[in-house]
Amino acid sequence: MKHTISALVEHKPGVLARVAGLFARRGYNIDSLAVGTSERPEFARMTIVVEDEGDRTILEQISKQLYKLIDVVKVFNHTVDPIVERELALVKVAVNSQTRPDVMQIAAIFRANIVDVGEGTLIVEVSGTTEKVDALLRLLEQYGVQEVVRTGRIVLVRGKKGT
Amino acid sequence: MPTMKGADALLDILKEENVEVIFGISGGNVIPICDALYDRLDEFHFVLTRHEQGAAFMANGYARSTGRVGVCMATSGPGATNLVTGIADAYMDSVPIVAITGQVRTPVIGKDAFQEADVTGITMPITKHNYLVKHAEDLCPTLRHAFYIAKTGRPGPVLVDLPFDITAGPVEFTERCLGKLPGYSPTYKGHVKMIRQAGKVMAQAKRPLIYFGGGVISSGASEELLKLAETLKCPVTNTLLGKGGFPDTHPQSLGMLGMHGTYAANMAISEADLIIALGARFDDRITGRLDVFGPHRDPNVKVIHIDIDPAEIGKSVRTAVPIVGDVKNVLGQLNEVVQPRQPGEWEEQCYAWRQEHPLTYERDGLKPQYVIEQVYEVTKGQAILVTDVGQHQMWAAQYYKCDRPRQFLSSGGLGAMGFGFPAAIGAQIAHPDATVVDIAGDGSIQMNIQELATAVYERVPVVICIMNNGFLGMVRQWQDLLYDRRYSAVDLRDRQRQRGTCPDFARVAEAYCAQGIRVTKPEEVRPALEKALQRREGPTFIDFWVEEEENVFPMIPAGRTHKEILLRRPEAQP
Repeated sequence: MKHTISALVEHKPGVLARVAGLFARRGYNIDSLAVGTSERPEFARMTIVVEDEGDRTILEQISKQLYKLIDVVKVFNHTVDPIVERELALVKVAVNSQTRPDVMQIAAIFRANIVDVGEGTLIVEVSGTTEKVDALLRLLEQYGVQEVVRTGRIVLVRGKKGT
Repeated sequence: MPTMKGADALLDILKEENVEVIFGISGGNVIPICDALYDRLDEFHFVLTRHEQGAAFMANGYARSTGRVGVCMATSGPGATNLVTGIADAYMDSVPIVAITGQVRTPVIGKDAFQEADVTGITMPITKHNYLVKHAEDLCPTLRHAFYIAKTGRPGPVLVDLPFDITAGPVEFTERCLGKLPGYSPTYKGHVKMIRQAGKVMAQAKRPLIYFGGGVISSGASEELLKLAETLKCPVTNTLLGKGGFPDTHPQSLGMLGMHGTYAANMAISEADLIIALGARFDDRITGRLDVFGPHRDPNVKVIHIDIDPAEIGKSVRTAVPIVGDVKNVLGQLNEVVQPRQPGEWEEQCYAWRQEHPLTYERDGLKPQYVIEQVYEVTKGQAILVTDVGQHQMWAAQYYKCDRPRQFLSSGGLGAMGFGFPAAIGAQIAHPDATVVDIAGDGSIQMNIQELATAVYERVPVVICIMNNGFLGMVRQWQDLLYDRRYSAVDLRDRQRQRGTCPDFARVAEAYCAQGIRVTKPEEVRPALEKALQRREGPTFIDFWVEEEENVFPMIPAGRTHKEILLRRPEAQP
């Protein structure tokens, strides 16, 4: 099962290497990791999606090991939290004059934007849950997906509770 | 705020932290620090080692024997990488050291400059924290944080990488004020609810056992542990690193448990219905096969686990009562709620196990166990005993009884050969009047034998007892017992299968202007030890030609259960 963890970390050089190194060293599987400045410039917020491979106790260890890093300030496991989750993807799709309207229509249904039109290609920008991004990618496959870039999941907890 | 050279600010902060001794070697990128030291040799004792690994282990031995932060220094690149084993050792065994390394000038970092290595990258997984100081204004706060982090919470090594231009250039010396570390606040006191819960569980237990580790020593909890043990009147067992935290000679002590622990301690941990774990981390050498250990075998077995590091609790063993906190504080709290217990059948059983199968060996020829018993007698059990890693380490742990904390120094978690001799030098420098004995092997002593020069120069009277069996004995033992005696990559003797020629340890010692003695017969042991201990002006090597193929028993082969303990060499299968 996949779990989403948020970590508030000091915005310092090397902190990403410390977190990534910890996961590699202890054999935890990272599905995705997104990081950027938080509401306070001295802290960054990381959203990490991990796979527990059937061992639920591993989640507690991940959180404790993260806390051991001096640069990590707070860790939250969002398995049961009500959250808003988003992922952004850019998809470069091969099109010709016949398929271009189809791709644009699919994009519209997904409330995705066409952000670049080239000779024989379109870039579709989509944001939403990981499942929504996956679904759009599946639909676009038949036209020829040339390149994909995804940010990985980011989340915020709904309401007053912090992330 | 006064402006001064970075190196002077560094020394001022070391002074602030009450650092008296620095172990290290100079080098191109630490020249500004060496230069600043030139004028301040009355303030700092700089111990010039012959290899940086020696410096790291000396700082380690200094820290383990005193509880203070040990400081070592090395130049960039190869100097820093040579520290790595000593830093890793301090990390595994939670020893507070601060390693200062030189780095190339900031403008050339990342350009593969001469003697450049990414030292913070290399040491990231083996330090509690590390820093590369890239801006002069960060120097003072970083150094203060380094010491604070090394010695608080679960202690550990911190490395500070200092580029040449930072130590050579001007910095503003800021007032002593620890800025906030928002991600670091160790828990020292136990949760009151959990303390009460622990008291209840203890009152219900029929077969309680106290199992403690190095945390008792680093938190200074020996007195509180003694009080708890004497209230509960239950048996007590220790890990290798815990040795000395509770008197080995106390009637409730079952001695060390685990792979080479006593029969009684191993039976006790496999039969106990309550394991009270204090500052210990259920290492694989302790638990044996984990899936049938304690609560994993029988859900009625309860574990109370007290540790300052929350990540240790529940890492390996299912815990009924987790208590995060400093062992000394938590035991103080616990001692107020624990009800006195009357010893009964369980205690009788444990002490019967101890009587049935005490530690023993066959007394023919020159046995390493005999040598250690003699060391114990001659030093009246008062020496600071340092060991290297291997068979002799286990014999030292088994046969040298320690009654006080910080008396027994050994590389436990990392098991780093080469630890013993430099760690003994570090301990002796911290305790100039103490008797310091290093039990070494003929393999491990050669991993840092160059420190003889340091020991002679510093006039440290350490006595190095080399248990010379001509083999890398622990691996030979495994090959003997588990690999059909296929001895491979373990024979240290010369081409004629002779010991004592390559090298002749006594002559090596003499070549370094130290004292060297060779002992080949049991009756020579005592006079040699007495002669060595009398000499206070420098080190002595005693080369004991012990039985070549003696094995350490008891032994629980890796991955087996406590009940599969071997007390002697099994008869060869037909």
